[in-house]
Order: sequence, then C-alpha cells, then structure tokens
Amino acid sequence: MTAAPYSEIWHRRTPRARLVRWMGWLCLVALFVWCWQVMTETTIWAFVTDAPRQAADIGGRMWPLEWGYVPELLLPLWDTINIATLGTLGGVAMAFPIAFLAARNTTPSAMVLRPVALFIIVASRSINALIWALLLVAIIGPGLLAGIVAIALRSIGFVGKLLYEAIEETDARQIEAVAATGASGPQVLNYGILPQIMPAFWGISVFRWDINIRESTILGLVGAGGIGLKLNASINTLAWDEVAVILLLILGTVVASEWVSARLRRAII
Amino acid sequence: MSTAYPATWRKPPQLIRSTRWRYAVQLGIALYLAMALGTIEVDWSRVAEGLARGQRFAAGFLQPDFTSRWTDISRGLIESLTMTLTSTVVGVLISVPIGIGAAANLVPAPVYYVCRGIIAVSRALQEVIIAIFLVAMFGFGPFAGFLTLSFATIGFLAKLLADDIEEIEPGQVEAVRATGASWAQLVDYAVQPQVMPRLIGLSLYRLDINFRESAVIGIVGAGGIGATLNTAIDRYEYDSAGAILLLIIGIVMIAEYGSSYLRKFLQ
Repeated sequence: MTAAPYSEIWHRRTPRARLVRWMGWLCLVALFVWCWQVMTETTIWAFVTDAPRQAADIGGRMWPLEWGYVPELLLPLWDTINIATLGTLGGVAMAFPIAFLAARNTTPSAMVLRPVALFIIVASRSINALIWALLLVAIIGPGLLAGIVAIALRSIGFVGKLLYEAIEETDARQIEAVAATGASGPQVLNYGILPQIMPAFWGISVFRWDINIRESTILGLVGAGGIGLKLNASINTLAWDEVAVILLLILGTVVASEWVSARLRRAII
Repeated sequence: MSTAYPATWRKPPQLIRSTRWRYAVQLGIALYLAMALGTIEVDWSRVAEGLARGQRFAAGFLQPDFTSRWTDISRGLIESLTMTLTSTVVGVLISVPIGIGAAANLVPAPVYYVCRGIIAVSRALQEVIIAIFLVAMFGFGPFAGFLTLSFATIGFLAKLLADDIEEIEPGQVEAVRATGASWAQLVDYAVQPQVMPRLIGLSLYRLDINFRESAVIGIVGAGGIGATLNTAIDRYEYDSAGAILLLIIGIVMIAEYGSSYLRKFLQ
C-alpha cells in the first residue's frame, strides 16, 4: 500500500485551469497596453503634467460663488424640467405600442414587425440624447422643441425594452382565463395583460423621468434649450464662478428628482 | 329583498382609490401640461425649412457614405474603442477596492462613509460635465475622455459591487473566518467567489456603456467618434453622419450580443 502522492497544499483550481486563467489575464493586459499606446499617441504630455496647476487655477476662480446669478437661472431650470417631463411623456407614448410589437407573446407578426420594433429599440438606446439633440437642432432649429424630441426619442429604447420584457413575463394563465370568457383581442389586452404590466409601466416611466432630468440639464450645450444653454455661455466666457453656481443648482435638481422618483415608485409598487 | 347590484362591471382604479384625489391629480396634471406647453416657442417656418434638411438626413441615413471621410471616421473609431477598453480596465481596477470599502459588512464605519462619498460624487455628475472640466485641465483629445470614463465607471461599478457584497451569504464568510483566515484571505476565499460572476457581468456591461458615452463626450472635445460626428453634422455632411451613426449602432449591437454571450459562457 503506497499512498498516492497528494500535494500537501490545497489549491482551488487544477493546474490546467490556472494556466488558462493566467493566459486570459495576460491577453487582457497585453490588449490594455496596446490600446493605451494607440490612445496616447497624440497626447501632449505637457498639458497632462500641467493639469494640477490648471485645476487649482479653475478652483480659485470659482470662489467666491456668484450667487446673484441664481434668479436668472430659474427660468432655464423650469425649461429643463419641462423638457424632461414632456420628453418622457412623448417617449412613453411612442414606446408603449412598440413594446407590444416587440414582445414575443403579443406581437402580431414575429417575422416582420418584431425585428423592426427591436431595431427601433436598439437604435434609440445606442444613440445618446445629446447626439439626438445635435441632429435635431440641425434639423428643426435650436430651442426647447429639439430638446423635448431628443429626450423622447432616447426614452423609446429604454422604456420599450423594459416594458416588452415585462410583457413577456406576464402570467399566461390570467390571459388564457380572460380569453376563455370569449374576449376579443383588444379585450384580452385590456383585461388580461394591462393590469399585469401597469405597476411596471409606471415604475419604468418615473425612473426614466428621473434619468431624463439629468440628461436634459446638458442638452443646452448643443443648443437644445434649458439650463445647459446658460452653462455653455458661462463656460465659453470662462466665468467659472457662474459655472460653479449652475453646477450646484443642477446637482440640487438631480438630487430632488431622485428623491421624488424614489417616493413615487415606492407608492406605486 | 334584494339590493340593486349594478349590472355591468367596471375595472377598479389602479393607482388612486379616492375619487376626489383622482380628480385633483388629473386637474393638476392638466394644469401643468397647459403651463409647460405654453412655454414652448416653436418657430414653425424654421421647422418647415428644417424638414427639407431632415429629409436629406434621412436620405443620408439610408445611403450612408463611409468612404469619403473614412480616415477621420476610422481615427475616431480607434480613439473611441481604445478609450473604452483602457477606461473600463482602469475604472474596474479602481472601483474594486472602493466597492469593497463601501460594503458595510466588511469594513469599519469611517472607511464605509468615505467610500460611499466617493461613489456619490462620481454618480451625481454627468459624464459630459466631468468631460468639460477634464478637457479644460488636460487639453483636448482622448486622454481627457479616458479620465472621464474611468471616473464615471467608478461610481457605477463600485456602487453595484458594494450592494452585491452586502447581500452575500454570511454563512460562507463565517465558515472561512472560523478557519482562522485573515481579512485578506476572507475577502479572497469567502467574498470573491460569490461576487466574481456578477462583477464580470457588470464590467462587460460597463464596457458597453463606456463605448456609448465615448460617442458623446467627443462633442465637448474629449476625442473619439463623437468629435468626428460633431464635425460631420457641423459641415452638413449628413451621409457621413449617417455612416457614423450606423457604425455606432452596429458596434453597440455587437457589444450587447457579444457581452451577453460571454456572460453566459463565463458563468
């Protein structure tokens, strides 16, 4: 009887698994180093080493804060909130039918309409509100409308995706029970599916509204109205004391909207 | 004796049960809408004029022009992709210690509050606003974009990682602690195996988000495909802009399917 030569030390993985893992990490590090070199080819390092001094300079110019600027900001802030709210309404209104077209269990045609709806959702999700705004300002001119439409177009993807997932997760038995009473298609939708997804729908909409408040604060940078216009003007004139006030105001708005949305969602769900 | 029941059934109201409150809320919403819609000033002649441009843009989207600006587009894409990868790697490396520090079940209270503070600051600020500041400090180009995305990654990843660590199975931690393991061994053998699959999934998801954001921060000068897109739109070259947007959508789709496949493969 000879004991098999077991190792005295316990290892979590077999040598082979360890080798594979190390190779994986090595590849990642190599890729990282290569990307880093490609990325920093055109970097001017004098500007980078100069950054702490620049930061101190900007920080110094922010102080003292220009509080007298606040009354002038209230109207743009109201515009920003309107952009977010009306944009969310528009986006939700467009996302609602698209979600039904995209959900596997409610789509009228799985071959044609479902891929189209899914493409609309992906396209809207992959293009940021700021890019939508950039396009829309070029097309329909600067102003609130461009911002509202940009927010709406961006919201379609988010609301549509979450909503169609909620529709696919509905309980099939309830729908079957409603259908068994002889209900027509729209009646099944109204009494079988809608009550099941309504809480998710309100939750998603309020959540998106909260995100839209954040996004609409910067839309003005490309001319789509709201407080971002003031931010852009202050940055362009290097009035850092005004920039600091605007940023504080934006931060306050974002925190407030987050609080409102958390309260609303808790009340709904 | 029978009471007269209503012969038809109506769906009960879902959100607000009291009729009075329901009317009040509806009235409030109508009032708000009237006020909000009143503030929009639309210059319809400008819109009509712009619709022709919109048609040209739609045409450009259907017939994208990849070739005439290809050198600019490919440079922007390479900048965006390298920026995305490096910033995600660096962001993950920084957010792991911060995430561990922000988990209430692993660290003492002072460390917890400091790390949660860092997360809150990083989450509260928009990427574009951070990018404006970093471009002002570090100069134009992808390096500022890299820093922006790394900073934004910290808030996202560290928060989700910390929340995940706080929800781990305490039994496993206790078992490892009972063997006399040090704190580092505890994290390595009891916490890490439980959160690793989710951390990998979140990192891949963040990679996806960082690419999308890299297309945006270029607009304020932080390099990448966004800068190319901005230039194309400023020159009214809608066919090139359409090509860039299609490339962004394509890469995001590939990244989304690739990362969901990779996550299934890794777990």
